[in-house]
Amino acid sequence: MIRRALGKIYLGIVVLFMYAPIIVLIVLSFNSSKSRVVWGGFTLKWYRTLFESDAIISAFGTTLTLAFLSAAIASVIGLAASLGIYTMRKRNYRIMLFFTNIPLVNADIVTGIALMLWFVRFLELGITSVLIAHITFNIPYVILCILPKLETIDIRQFEAARDLGATGLHAFTRILLPDLVPGIMAGFFMAVTMSMDDFVITYFTKGPGVNTLSTLIYGEIRKGIKPEMYALSSILFLIVLITLLIVYISGRTNNNKSEPADY
Amino acid sequence: MISESETDPSEVMCLSKILIELKGISKTYDNTPVIDELDLSIRENEFVTLLGPSGCGKTTILRIIGGFETPDKGSVYFDGVDITKLPPNKRQLNTVFQKYSLFTHMTVADNIAFGLRIRKKSDSYIKDKIKYALDLVNLPGYGDRYPDSLSGGQQQRIAIARAIVNEPKVLLLDEPLGALDLKLRQEMQYELIRLKNELGITFIYVTHDQEEALTMSDTIVVMNQGYIQQAGTPESIYNEPINAFVADFIGESNIYDGIMVRDRLVNIGGLDFECVDEGFGEGEPVDVVIRPEDVELGDPASGHTTGTVTSIIFKGVHYEIQVESAIGITFMVQTTQNFPVGSYVGINIIPDNFQIMHKPRSEAEEILNINDYQS
Amino acid sequence: MSRKKVQVLSIPYILWVIGFTVIPLLFVFAKASTNAEGDLTLEYLLAIFDPVHRKALLLSIALAFTTSLICVVISYPVALILKTSKFKNTKIIMFVMILPMWMNFILRILAIQLLISKNGVINHLLSMLNLPSLNIINTPAAIVVGMVYDYLPYMLLPVLNCVLAIPDDIIEAGKDLGAGRLRVFTRILLPLSLSGIGSGITMVFVPSMTEFVIANILGGGKIQLLGNVIEQEFSVSMNWNLGSGLSVALMVFVLITTFLFGHDSSGSNRNFVL
Repeated sequence: MIRRALGKIYLGIVVLFMYAPIIVLIVLSFNSSKSRVVWGGFTLKWYRTLFESDAIISAFGTTLTLAFLSAAIASVIGLAASLGIYTMRKRNYRIMLFFTNIPLVNADIVTGIALMLWFVRFLELGITSVLIAHITFNIPYVILCILPKLETIDIRQFEAARDLGATGLHAFTRILLPDLVPGIMAGFFMAVTMSMDDFVITYFTKGPGVNTLSTLIYGEIRKGIKPEMYALSSILFLIVLITLLIVYISGRTNNNKSEPADY
Repeated sequence: MISESETDPSEVMCLSKILIELKGISKTYDNTPVIDELDLSIRENEFVTLLGPSGCGKTTILRIIGGFETPDKGSVYFDGVDITKLPPNKRQLNTVFQKYSLFTHMTVADNIAFGLRIRKKSDSYIKDKIKYALDLVNLPGYGDRYPDSLSGGQQQRIAIARAIVNEPKVLLLDEPLGALDLKLRQEMQYELIRLKNELGITFIYVTHDQEEALTMSDTIVVMNQGYIQQAGTPESIYNEPINAFVADFIGESNIYDGIMVRDRLVNIGGLDFECVDEGFGEGEPVDVVIRPEDVELGDPASGHTTGTVTSIIFKGVHYEIQVESAIGITFMVQTTQNFPVGSYVGINIIPDNFQIMHKPRSEAEEILNINDYQS
Repeated sequence: MSRKKVQVLSIPYILWVIGFTVIPLLFVFAKASTNAEGDLTLEYLLAIFDPVHRKALLLSIALAFTTSLICVVISYPVALILKTSKFKNTKIIMFVMILPMWMNFILRILAIQLLISKNGVINHLLSMLNLPSLNIINTPAAIVVGMVYDYLPYMLLPVLNCVLAIPDDIIEAGKDLGAGRLRVFTRILLPLSLSGIGSGITMVFVPSMTEFVIANILGGGKIQLLGNVIEQEFSVSMNWNLGSGLSVALMVFVLITTFLFGHDSSGSNRNFVL
């Protein structure tokens, strides 16, 4: 059918648009010429020099540390907050959601500037201030992943467990927590992603000397790109691809309950 | 034995002409045949119910008539014209969907006016029609509300109103009462019968609820596994089911393996019972159907056989009693009398109340077998 | 556990919100409404109306609007195609489409720069085919290309989720009542997908309007969006009061757009694939 074929072509064009830039980065990472357009033969030397570059390796380390640390702290605070918010009455519930939404709705540049203005009062800008900033914008993502899960949980399970003699804590860890794990995981990984992807807020709160991959590359782009960056892009893309495939496939096998169609 | 003429709806509806005709319809989903070589005629002004368990193909037939599915093989005729390939928006029939399918972004009045506006009717005509339709479904003054603010029953009435203002020749209803609670469902059944009589159009109704089918229909088409099992008036289907599947699906039944001894005598569990059926071969294995309300319990001395009550459940109007009989079969009995568990009772069944049916012989007939539909 | 006891659990978060969301914002307001000497003034709050700043604001709005529009125009057909063509693996197609979103933001912009710059890949290909070259780098068009590339997933996700959630039977009901393909689209599909388009617009418009990184890289630092002006007040001119004043103005515009187009908790959209 023509309509179907046209549809496929259109989808193909959109996919090409999304991937063409990334493909170019990957191709250039194997190009022995420093030129952006001339193919000088296949090489792995940019990958080698990438791993020899202290600046990149340390920025990568900072990025990962920041991402996982901020996501972990945000998950703990966010989980506790979600449980509290869940039991609140409507008015307080709304107020909490309003404040939770602020960092999401607000422009990153404003959040970054606001935090910077506040930090300089009592804190030397550095890794600590960046960490606090990342936790601040990560908590809302955690809460927004956990709260909807809480809403779907049958609270009577919890009451049944209490009825059968479990203590509150026991009932929570054995009954509620297992149901919440998918939400917590989703929140955690979303926080990791957001932290790793952030440039603007880090840029304003990092102070001199601290560099994440984003801020490092930003600095380099203005000076002129080194081919190591292409190698870094390819590696990052591969990591993203593998991680998401794992998450996606495990997610698919988990909810593969298709309901039978009624004819 | 049921002859062809007894199940033919033309006997009831002999005056009206055939409006919709399906010829040799086959449809396959994902390599699973859903309907196979199906023929069906529907007459003008008839209330036809397609009845069967989930997956029997009844909804697919409705969707083929409505134009939402194209059959792999076969043709659909409407008033003598082949409409097999005609898209739904060009067909002179309207559908009431199972999930109401109201347009949630429009008011009730706009929902009802949808089809009329497409047909470019005048504003005053549309206004009159909306009022007429809302009155007809007993929801006057609801025009400005949004569907979300209505109850399930009200939404379904609006869905019906939206369909009938277009004055279709046929209204297709796909389990329209399935989502409603029991009391509302019964109310709506009477509403639908009233509507059908007031509008004087053909209703094709799909349901898996045998009670609904028996209450409303002129003709019931019982389906299983993509085949029509039996078509006829509610009375004929209930009283003279053509096979064990129909008997079991329509009302509750005791179904036993029996052997025809000779004309008007059948052997069940080693005991001969008098019946009224003729024309079976001597010694032919048959299915025997006995409705629970047709089993009479009484004094053991006067019973044709005897049994012991193993359970009794009060069902409101009657009791449902299980009796373990001396001939080794269990009877399910509905009676207004109370027999405590453990009572020793006599069992009688009058000859008229035995329904004797051929066992399925060929593989094609095996599909009609009662055991298959439960899967 | 009583309600009260459980609610105690949210205290750390409440303190965090006060300490790192509310107070910092109050500082922005405080800076915006005072001058360098600490005296109250409206000068910086009204600075948005200076011709230079107004120009930057209008350009930001124009580019953000163009970006949102292009994103809608690209996304909606994708949603319609996936809805009507009944592909078996809709989820996989969606997954493939938004996967680049997880690539580092700066690297994605870098990739776009490689493609569209004067001696970039596209121009190289064009010259090989003897076609006229593409000269959009360092123009607003380049910024729009970058923003569309960057924010398209934020439009795709809500639009797809919304369109795919429209029940098939509602569309069938429309056809049943006589609506042809065009009318099913204009009267049923489009109105029912407005909420998805609305939240997509919010999610694209707000970051586009407050953007300064893409403008710096693809606009060659010559094109001043409001974001660039604010950034420079903080990093170059060191006029924090003016920067804060403009930030407050920016916040007002963000709030207006969010209010206009509706907003459903923007974060939850990335969650779709997970």
